[in-house]
Amino acid sequence: MNWDWNYTGRLIPDLLDGLRVTVTATLFGYLIALALGLVWALLRRSPSRVVGQTVRWVTEFVRSTPLLVQLFFIFYVLPAWGVTLGPLTAGIVGLGLHYSTYTAEVYRAGIEDVPRGQWEAATALNLPRRRVWFGVVLPQAVRRVVPTLGNYLIAMFKDTPFLLGITVTELLGKAFDQGAHTLKYLEPITVAGLFFIVVSILSSLALRRLEKRYATD
Amino acid sequence: MPPTDLTSPADPMPEGAAGDAVDDVPEGATAKSAAKAAAAQAPTRVPCGIKFEKVVKRFGDNVVLDHLDFTVGAGDRVTLIGPSGSGKTTILRLLMTLERPDGGVIRVGDDPLWHMERGGKLVKAGERHLHEMRKRIGMVFQQFNLFPNMNVLRNLTEGPVHVLGLGKDEAVERARGLLDMVGLADKENAHPTQLSGGQQQRVAIARALAMEPTVLLLDEVTSALDPELVVGVQDLLRDIARSTDVTMLCVTHEMGFARDISDRVLMFDQGRIVEEGSPEAIFEEPREERTREFLRAVLAS
Repeated sequence: MNWDWNYTGRLIPDLLDGLRVTVTATLFGYLIALALGLVWALLRRSPSRVVGQTVRWVTEFVRSTPLLVQLFFIFYVLPAWGVTLGPLTAGIVGLGLHYSTYTAEVYRAGIEDVPRGQWEAATALNLPRRRVWFGVVLPQAVRRVVPTLGNYLIAMFKDTPFLLGITVTELLGKAFDQGAHTLKYLEPITVAGLFFIVVSILSSLALRRLEKRYATD
Repeated sequence: MPPTDLTSPADPMPEGAAGDAVDDVPEGATAKSAAKAAAAQAPTRVPCGIKFEKVVKRFGDNVVLDHLDFTVGAGDRVTLIGPSGSGKTTILRLLMTLERPDGGVIRVGDDPLWHMERGGKLVKAGERHLHEMRKRIGMVFQQFNLFPNMNVLRNLTEGPVHVLGLGKDEAVERARGLLDMVGLADKENAHPTQLSGGQQQRVAIARALAMEPTVLLLDEVTSALDPELVVGVQDLLRDIARSTDVTMLCVTHEMGFARDISDRVLMFDQGRIVEEGSPEAIFEEPREERTREFLRAVLAS
C-alpha cells in the first residue's frame, strides 16, 4: 500500500470541515457539561432528601449507560414525543448531558474539599446563602478541580466520533465518506487520526498553562 | 428590645471598662483609629450581654454542656479557661450558630438566639431570625479562616456590602480604617496566603470588626501563631478592649493575656463552671482544687 500525497492534499479541506464540526460539538457540549454538572452538584446538596436522592440516581443512571445509547435515544426516540432535534444539536445535547454527570462528581469532590473553616467564617460573617456559594465556596472548589475538568474536555473531544451514529458528519465521518468514495481508506483515516492527536496535544498544553495559573494557592 | 444608645447601655458596664472606654485618652495612632472606628458605629447598635439558661449540648453520647447557666453583662470582657474538651469552644460555637443546642435558651441582648417568641412561648427560630441575630455577633477563629480567593480588602468589604447593605465606597472606607488600625494599611491588595499568620489573624480581627458586632467571640486566636507573632495580636486585642464597648468572650490558653484583657474569668471543667471571679482572684488565690491543678499544669508547659 503506497501513501498518495496528492490524494492527501485534496482531502485536507474536507477534513478541516469535519474538524470544525467536531470542535463545535465539543465546545458547546462542554459548556453544557460544565453548567449542568454544577446544577447537579448543587441539587445533590439540596436540603430536600427527595431532590438529592433523585438527582443522585438520575446521574448514576446516565453515567452507567453508554453514550451511544443516549445519543440514539435523543435523536431517534425523542421525536416520537414531539422533540425533534437536528443531528448536531442532538449530539451536543447528548455529549453535554453525558459528561455533566461526570463533571457533577468533580464539582462535588471540589466542594467537599473546601475546608469547614471557610463555611464557618461565611456563617460568622452572616453572608447570605447565595454569596456563600458564589463568593466563597465555588470559586475555591472550582479552582481545585480545574485540571480534572480539563481532562474531561479532552475525553469528550475523543468521544465525538460517536456522533457518526446519529448522522453527524464530523471529522471521522468525513474521512470515512472520502474513503468510501475512492476506496482508499489509508490516507483519510490516518489524517483524521493525526488531526485528533494535534488538537488533543494543543489542548493539553493549554490546560497545563491554565492549571499553573490556578495552582498558585 | 428597647432602643438604647451607646452612652446608656442596657446593662451597666463594669466600672473599669466604662472608665476605659470613655475617659482614657488613647495612646498612639492604633488606639486612636480604633476609637474612631468605635465612634463611627451606627446609633442603632445596642451593646448586648449574653445569657445561657440551662443550655445542653451533646455530641452523640458525650454531654459537653450539662444545663449550663451563666451571664455576661453588656460590655464585659470574659475569658473562659479550662482543660480542652471542657466545653469552652462549644460555648462560642453555639453563640456563633455553628452548633445547635440540644436544650435550654441562649440570649444575646434580650432576645433568644435560637428561638422566637410566639404567643408567649419560645419556638425554634428559622434562618431569618438567625440571620438577624448573627448581626450582633462576630467571631475570630484559631485558624483565621480568611477567604483565600479574595484579597485583603475584599475579605473586609464582603460582609458589610452583602449583609449590612453598605455602599461599595463606604465599605472600602471602613475597611481601610480598620486595616490602618490593625497596622496593615499597606496590605489591602495582598492575598491572605501572602501574609504571615499574625498578619492573617489581624486581618481576620479587622474583618470581624467591619461588621460592627456588639459581641466579639475569640476562639484561641493566638494558638496557631508562631510565638513571636503572638504579642502583636494580643496587643491589638488589648487596644480594642480598651477603646470599644464590645462585649468580649474569649477562649484562650494564654493566662497572661486572659489576665490583662478580662474583667472576669470563668474556669470550666466537664461542661460546668468550676469557679469564677476577677482575674486576680482566679490566678492568685484560686479557691477550687481543680482550678489550682489546671493552672499548675498550664504554667508548667
